[in-house]
Amino acid sequence: MFYFIAKRTIISFFIMLAATTLMYFLTISSGDPFEDLGETSGPEKAATIAARTAAMNLDVPPIPRYFLWLQEVGHCLVPGGVSCTLGMDRSGAAVLPQLENAMGSTLRLVVVATVLALVLGVIVGIVTAIRQYSVFDYSITFISFLLFSLPLFWLSTLLKQYLAIDLNTWLANPQFSYLTIALIGVIAGVIWAVVVGGDRRRRLATFGITAAATAVALYLLLVTGWFVSPGLGVVGMLVSAAGIAVLWTALLAGFRRRRVLNAALAAAGVSFLGYLVSLLILDDPTWFVVLALVIVTAVLAYVVAGVVGGPFRAQAAKIGAVIAVSVSLLILLDRLLQAYPTLSAKAGGRPIPTTGSQSANLAGTFWEINLDYALHLILPTIALTLISFATYTRYTRASQLDVMNQDYIRTARAKGLSERTVLVKHAFRNAMIPITTLMAFDFAGVLGGAVITEQVFGWNGMGKMFIDGINHVDPGPVMAFFLVVGTAAVLFNMLADIAYAFLDPRITLS
Amino acid sequence: MSNHQNPRDDSRPSVELSEMTLQSQDTDIATAIPTREQTDRIRTTEAKSQGRLIRDRFFRHKGALAGIALLTLIFLLAFTSIGFAGIPGWWDKDYDVLADRFNEGKPTLTLWPFSLGEHPFGQDVLGRDYFALTMRGIQTSLIIAFVVGIVAMVIGTTVGAVAGYFRGWTEAFLMRITDVVITIPTVVIAAAVAGIVAEYGIIPFAVFLGLVTWTGLARLVRGEFLSLREKEFVESAKSVGASSARIIFRHILPNTVGVIIVSTTLAISGAILLETALSYLGLGVTAPDTSLGKAINDNRSALTVRPWLFLWPGAFIIGIALAVNFIGDGLRDAFDPKQTRVKQ
Repeated sequence: MFYFIAKRTIISFFIMLAATTLMYFLTISSGDPFEDLGETSGPEKAATIAARTAAMNLDVPPIPRYFLWLQEVGHCLVPGGVSCTLGMDRSGAAVLPQLENAMGSTLRLVVVATVLALVLGVIVGIVTAIRQYSVFDYSITFISFLLFSLPLFWLSTLLKQYLAIDLNTWLANPQFSYLTIALIGVIAGVIWAVVVGGDRRRRLATFGITAAATAVALYLLLVTGWFVSPGLGVVGMLVSAAGIAVLWTALLAGFRRRRVLNAALAAAGVSFLGYLVSLLILDDPTWFVVLALVIVTAVLAYVVAGVVGGPFRAQAAKIGAVIAVSVSLLILLDRLLQAYPTLSAKAGGRPIPTTGSQSANLAGTFWEINLDYALHLILPTIALTLISFATYTRYTRASQLDVMNQDYIRTARAKGLSERTVLVKHAFRNAMIPITTLMAFDFAGVLGGAVITEQVFGWNGMGKMFIDGINHVDPGPVMAFFLVVGTAAVLFNMLADIAYAFLDPRITLS
Repeated sequence: MSNHQNPRDDSRPSVELSEMTLQSQDTDIATAIPTREQTDRIRTTEAKSQGRLIRDRFFRHKGALAGIALLTLIFLLAFTSIGFAGIPGWWDKDYDVLADRFNEGKPTLTLWPFSLGEHPFGQDVLGRDYFALTMRGIQTSLIIAFVVGIVAMVIGTTVGAVAGYFRGWTEAFLMRITDVVITIPTVVIAAAVAGIVAEYGIIPFAVFLGLVTWTGLARLVRGEFLSLREKEFVESAKSVGASSARIIFRHILPNTVGVIIVSTTLAISGAILLETALSYLGLGVTAPDTSLGKAINDNRSALTVRPWLFLWPGAFIIGIALAVNFIGDGLRDAFDPKQTRVKQ
């Protein structure tokens, strides 16, 4: 293992070195760094040329210039000595501080989009594989192909132009006619009926129940003004925590072991206590405090569920921790949503922003600032997620189908295991192995896609840094961008290989 | 059938004889005539060549057929309407002629009753006919996509084949180069290159895009070669003294055609999206040429007032990419020997 990592790190280092060489010479030969000065004249022009020449080392021939840049990167790798700047851009400003500013927003976007696409894509992919050749399967197949074929910038512009504006207008006065509510209920019912499947009676029952439930829930949300001041409230949180406990138990353990269900409910109770505590102390916390609270809750739930679980201690404790983390995420979401009314008022009643990665000069609590980030993320994340989602769905479906046709699945069924155990324990885990490799590739792809998304939504992130650098024939910012993207690509590929060997014992790392 | 050592050839005259007797005295041996069911059974067990199987599977894939139909339609529409390479088409307006704007440049296309009108897709801000402009954009985008596909196919196949067949230092060297190119996201490397090349016209631009998109195919082809080179038929070819070039091109490459065709198809749909994205960033096709991405980029500020300038090129991008993706999916299913049921 150690030998493998060491070898891969050395190879990756040389690959990165070669890639930076390629990238550097492509960038500096892509145009004339003084092109924008063509029209001007006079003393300022000469001064700008002199300043730029000094900042970009243009008086040095290209090959030594590349080594000068490498030297700057070396300063960052070797501690001590000269300060780390990653070189200068054409105006003589150090690149590293710019990169640090730009990286936060871009990574936020990319990570959120990747995680969302992964979770949604895997769930939908598994369901389409289980319901192979059903209406649901065909619809998702067609939708995936449509998403594969969508130009990202086109989709982003449409989202920005139509979705954001309409949504903002609706949020100012959130109302639906009874007809619209009924229609949404019917659509939800049809989707659920198609997903759940079964014979005609079961489909009709599913349709009826889910359509009515959706319509009633929507009506209640509208009547109680949820869209004006959203949030779950104490009762809502208690019900949700219990619901999460039941869901995870159904998925991971089944209901045959009563003790496990009790343990799960106990874990939900612990998490709910965590919510009550958070109401008292988390008015304006930091990420550190929040994270600490989540970990404490998870550990407590692990212990309590383990004790209640009795003979099934190990399983119950694990489920308890999973429930605690899920409920904690819900609590975070709830607290963020509680900041919505004040933030919406600060945004002048149009809460969904269409440009930028954060509101300028927003002074507020922890929750307001993070909700502001989240609201800015909505549109670009939708655009990026939809496109990655298609990839994850298709690959998960193919992988799951592949696994479901294996002999060991037939063996598992033949020895009388429940369908849940077969699907979750025997099929799902093995189907996820190829997805790790896909994730490594997709992350680099999404970073590339972020260049386009940032351009559309006017983000001041790494993508803008890169595009500006290319347009100005300024290698400093371009190479800084590439250092992050390339390192991420190399690192994720290595992690994927390690994860692969970890998940599939037939593979040994050498 | 010229193989005289085949013992089955002996049976042929007797078959002909029985056919003759069938014709002469059909009442007597009515029982000997195969029933409908029997002929059906014979037909299903009839030996099919590999190519025939693949073709059959492909033509059962309705999505792929729809894709072919759509792509052909778009292709014909784009190349017959405004003509190509000096040959005039049936559409009378030019994409670079300025004119007065008619009814604020709104599209005159009506579906029921169907009529094209003066400017079916409307006019842009300068009064140019947007139908002609879009058609020209489709031509450019299609040409670029196919050139990218072909270049990527040739380079990817060559690199993958040579690396997978010769192994050793050749493989290490070629695959490290592939790793270097793969480390840089396609959009990023293409954006860096595109600015230089786009000024020389669309064909050099397309060739350069091909030079950065071959890596995935190279890896796949190498994988195929790694397993195929160990097979017995390669061994026997070597033992009769076939040269490396002959083994690669005549023995192994035909077995990897499936992988190559499928990847090339997907590379083409990827190239459509890549070209439009680069043109949108202002790093792709430059005036006086136009492409679907450039048309959208030129009119992006017009979205609120003249949405059609934005929607028409976008719809064609989606149409082309969707058609090519479905064809690729059909090909993948057709070339997959494990495939038993083809998607409807």
